[in-house]
Amino acid sequence: MTAGNMLIYVLIASLTTFFVRVLPFLVFQGGRPVPHFVSWTGKNLPRAAMAMLVVYCLKDVQFTALPSWLPAILASLVTVVLHVRYRKMVLSICGGTAVYMALLHIL
Amino acid sequence: MVFLVSAMIYPCVSQTLRKGSGNGLKSSGYLRKAFVASLPVMAGYVFLGIAYGIAMQARGFRTGWSVLISIVVYGGSLQFAMIDPMATLMPFLTFALLCLLIQARHLFYGLTMLEPYNRAGIYKPYLIFALSDETYSLVCNGAPQGVSAEKWFAAVSGFDQLWWVTGTVLGAVLGSVIPMQWLTGIDFSMTALFIVIMTEQTMDAVKMWKVGNCTLTDVLFAPLIGFLGTLGSLLLAGKESFLLFAMAIILVGFFVRYRTEERGKAA
Repeated sequence: MTAGNMLIYVLIASLTTFFVRVLPFLVFQGGRPVPHFVSWTGKNLPRAAMAMLVVYCLKDVQFTALPSWLPAILASLVTVVLHVRYRKMVLSICGGTAVYMALLHIL
Repeated sequence: MVFLVSAMIYPCVSQTLRKGSGNGLKSSGYLRKAFVASLPVMAGYVFLGIAYGIAMQARGFRTGWSVLISIVVYGGSLQFAMIDPMATLMPFLTFALLCLLIQARHLFYGLTMLEPYNRAGIYKPYLIFALSDETYSLVCNGAPQGVSAEKWFAAVSGFDQLWWVTGTVLGAVLGSVIPMQWLTGIDFSMTALFIVIMTEQTMDAVKMWKVGNCTLTDVLFAPLIGFLGTLGSLLLAGKESFLLFAMAIILVGFFVRYRTEERGKAA
């Protein structure tokens, strides 16, 4: 990939992020009420987006090949269990990733 | 982007200048309080930043790109999510939509901070730019008593981003030193991050359901349509373009669900 392409990606990511963060300040100047659909979507969309991203991250897993799906599934489960049990973000991410890397190495 | 960078650097510079101009005691007061407040975020951000720096390095992106992105984009989950699209040259339009969808939650942080940030004067542009998930969690309950609120907000935001950039630099350096075969599978840290956020969100939603603030359908609808919509799109459309379909399915599903819910309330 070229540096020009990269710059465009970085620019898009930077501008969309700032746009989303600044939009409420532009739209709701002077205390205008927030439409219900907007607050409803905002409350629920993050959870749909995270589920989508999890699937996106696992898109290259091959469910016909054990060395591919077993580490992904087991490490995902370990991450969830660690998080439900201890609720420490760094621990859950470290633990899940360590299990994944170890399993890739063994299988 | 130049605007963003200058908007970001300005408060830091002006803080330093103020500190040196005889007003030392007062300014160090808010700086120290902000520093202490940002410590829990430091642990998470430095670690995640390291994971990000390493993941970028493992995907073949040089240190400069990781650091630039941590400075001008500054959004953890998007930065992880955009590694693969950049490496596989996703079409720009799909990429922009993906960014908007991932970052959409930030809309609502702004809604909480409208009033305090509108009073923040010169700091306002940077405060809005730097309103990340973690910074929001620190500023959403307001500034502590006895310090200038806008300066405290600015200092907390600045420290948080500093931890993030520091982690990124450390990770990029580590990633270029550690042999690549040791790093196989490190990119799972991004998957784990999203799984953790999703678990956290689900635990909160289940808590709401248990105290009777919402129905079980409310708990399950969003993650299920996100999961099944994306999985279905992947199977039907294939790896190249499934995200676009998934996003469309999610938005249409949301609209239908919202309408049904409103109709149910009216009846």
